[in-house]
Parts: sequence; structure tokens; C-alpha cells
Amino acid sequence: MLRDLVPQVLSALIHRGADFAAAEDAVQEALLEAIRRWPHEPPNDAKGWLTAVAWNKFLDAARSDTARRRREDTVHAEPCAPPAPASDDTLQLYLLCAHPALSSSSAVALTLRAVGGLTTGQIAQAYLVPERTMAQRISRAKRKLVGARFTDPGGVATVLKVLYLIFNEGYSGDVDLVAEAIRLTRQVARHANHPEVLGLLALMLLTAARRPARATPDGSLIPLVDQDRTAWDSELIDEGTTVLQHALAREQLGEYQAQAAIAALHADAPTTQETDWTQIVEWYDELVSITHSPVARLNRALALGHAKSPEAGLAELRALPDSLPRHAAAAAYLQERRGDLAEAARLYAQAAIRASNLAERNYLMHQASRLNTCLD
Amino acid sequence: MAKYLMLKHYRGAPEAVNNVPMDQWAPEELSAHIQYMNDFAARLEQSGEYIDSQALAPEGEWVRFDGKGLPPVTDGPFPETKDLIAGWMIIDVDNHARALELAGELSAAPGAGGEPLHEWLELRPFLSDSPQRTE
Repeated sequence: MLRDLVPQVLSALIHRGADFAAAEDAVQEALLEAIRRWPHEPPNDAKGWLTAVAWNKFLDAARSDTARRRREDTVHAEPCAPPAPASDDTLQLYLLCAHPALSSSSAVALTLRAVGGLTTGQIAQAYLVPERTMAQRISRAKRKLVGARFTDPGGVATVLKVLYLIFNEGYSGDVDLVAEAIRLTRQVARHANHPEVLGLLALMLLTAARRPARATPDGSLIPLVDQDRTAWDSELIDEGTTVLQHALAREQLGEYQAQAAIAALHADAPTTQETDWTQIVEWYDELVSITHSPVARLNRALALGHAKSPEAGLAELRALPDSLPRHAAAAAYLQERRGDLAEAARLYAQAAIRASNLAERNYLMHQASRLNTCLD
Repeated sequence: MAKYLMLKHYRGAPEAVNNVPMDQWAPEELSAHIQYMNDFAARLEQSGEYIDSQALAPEGEWVRFDGKGLPPVTDGPFPETKDLIAGWMIIDVDNHARALELAGELSAAPGAGGEPLHEWLELRPFLSDSPQRTE
């Protein structure tokens, strides 16, 4: 895939002396040219072609910049650059794009463009913002990185956070951000020897495996317990499970591995009833002790509602602030399992009002309506 | 062409004719309603009259500037009497008559019993960028 080459081409330009911001612009232009020309004139050596064209774009830009500012530039003095070294700075580029100095929306945009090779227009469309806004977001991010040392990383954890955001928060447009996040995470996994990278990759694969079963043709949500599990993608499940086993064998547990383990237990169960809820509760215990996240505790309460009893799950929920997202929805679910349909209907209607997206609101309103119809 | 905003209210609009809370509708009535809304937007896209639509959460707060160097003042949650916008659709149509026609169709979305809601929508013309030529 053309875009797989982007980090290597970018790092080749940086090794030849281009700064990150200018190199990134040049690679973007070379990509656009490749999209125009390759269908008619496919290159023999794709990487060599992209590197040469990007380097020329960089020189053109640097020359006109120099001319405009009427001052000498070292680049101007040495137009014949040495060939790119073989070393591959792919990981460093990911770390730079996820630099802690950047806001998460900037890091997401820069990652998708600089290492993902998407155009500004595609990124803008995916996040439903005007293209000019997205262009500004990216160039501001690049300005912020001026002076940030190429080898001064914020740690792999920052990269994983950005990749997980891309995986979870894609909206629309012709780019499949779920597939894109998986592609980028695979690339990072080839360059970073860290079990949490594998943990995140496993989590993405196991979650993406459920995609064919997650919505009706008209876009209505189908929750995990009601999904047609035969529609799950068994190849993704197999791969995700294998990747997870490699990660867990390293015995350095982290939040992504714990979440992937929970996803794997669901993937392994033919039905909700046959799910190993006891083990899922144990993994939530691990997750809660790693993250201390109230959202993890809420999900633990739901799992406990299955593993032990709905009352036990409800008791857990009562210990959590009811301002938590999905608190009312979780309580409604457990009340229905307990058999208190009127209370469940009331809570579902309340949860629908508080839902943070339309698909969820419609789903929750449907649950309220279904129960109210039973009660009439 | 003229742009119009069609505003839908959680409260503050005159009461709809078919005014039953949504959680009291039958599940298939809810589905029919959602389908109608999706189809309506898709049809306007086809006809080249659709610009945008968004839904808003029912909660929010008032905010205002409180002086230099001070954090903004907030006031909320909204009192029960506040007019509350639920969402909007923006259309770009030939004339006012077409805007009225479309608002009427949107207001006819089915509700409880599969009957039209007859919901009151607020129709607001945009101020246009270019001054009208007078001759």
C-alpha cells in the first residue's frame, strides 16, 4: 500500500536535512502527485520514486522560500543530497506526532497526515470540520513541534492513546478510520517492542470483529448481548487472540491487554449465557486497579450482574456517581434482568435523555418503549 | 436560492397535536419515526436542498463574561420554563413557499399510533450575504 511507505519517505527526507514541517508538506505533495500519475505510469521502485519526488518538492519550496526572503539557506548550497540512510525512524515519527505538547485533536490530525498519509481534506471530512480548520490545526501542530527534538519522545503510551482515539472516534467520510487505526497500530507494533502495543492491536482486532453485527441495516445499535455472533469476523478474532497471547506471555499487564482479554472472552463465547462472566469480572478488577477509572467500575458492575446476580451489580452501581455516562442505562439493564420492568422502563427513558449520541438515544428510547408496551 | 433554518424544540413551542411522550410509543412507531426523519434528509440531499442537521442534548447552561482575568460566570441547569431547542435542519431552497412545504412535511413525521405529530417547527430565514438588487 502506497501510504505504508509514508513514514519511511518522511524519515529519509529528515535524514537528508529537511526539517519535519517542510518534509511533511513535501511528502504530502509527492503523495498527491503519485495518486495522479501512478495509475498511468506505475513506478518500478515506489519508495525511491516517492523519496525523489518529495525531495524535489522540498527543494523547490526551500528555494522559493529562500528567494522570497532573500537570504542564503544551507539547503540552497547543497542541492545534491546524500542518499537516504537505511535506518528507519518510523517509531520516532509516531512519537513526534503524539508529542505531549500537542492537544489530542492536533495529535490525531497530525498522525493521520504525517504518518498515515491521508490528505487534509480526508481528515477534515472524517471529523466533520471544514477543511480550512483542519489545515490550520495541522500547521499549528507542526509549528508547536519546531524545536521539539526528533529523538525526544513522549513515550509509546502517548502514541497508543492517539491511535485508540482514531479507532474510537471516526465519524464519516470515505476513509475507514477503524481500518486506518489498525493499519497504523500494526506498523507501530513492527517497530516498538512493547506488550501494550500488542495489547492495543489485539483490542482493536477483537472489537472490529464485531462490527458486522453491531448495527441493523438502518444503523440502529445492537448491543453485545443481542448480537448475532455468527456474523462476527472469525479471522479477526483468531488474529486478535493470537496477538493477545503473545502480549500476555510477556507478563507486563497494562490497560489495553486487560481490555483485550475481556473482548477475547466475549469473542470466545457462543452466547451471553455461556460467557465466562466470572473471568470477565476478574479482568475488570485488573483494569480497575490499573486505571482507577469509574467507567471500568461501571462495566465491572454490569459484568457482576451476570456473574453473580443483578442485585449485586446494582449494589456496585449505587457506589458510583450517577452522573457517570451510561449509569442510568446500566441500572436499567440490571433492573430488567431483576424483573422490575417498570423501574427499568423509567431508567431507560432517563438514560435516553442523557445519551450523548443519537444512535444510543434511539436504542435506549426503544428499550423504554418495548418495556412500556409489555406493561400496558 | 434562500437558506432557512428549521428549528425543533424540546419545549417552548406550542403543543403538538399528537403529543405523547416518546417512551410511550410502540417500538415500531419509534422505528417508523426515525426512518421518516432519515428518509426526509436523504430526499433533500437528492434534491440538492440539504445543508446540515444537528441534534442537541437537552441539558446546558448559561455562560457570560465576568470581567478581565475572571473565569466566565455560569448559570444552570436551565429552569423548566426555558425555551429549549432540540435540533435543527438547514435547507437551501428556491423560495419561501418551498421552505414552508418542507417544514410542513417534517412536521408530519409519524408519532404515537403512526399518526402525524403535527409538531410546531420554527422556520427562520437566514439573512443573506448579498443585498437584493432593486430596479
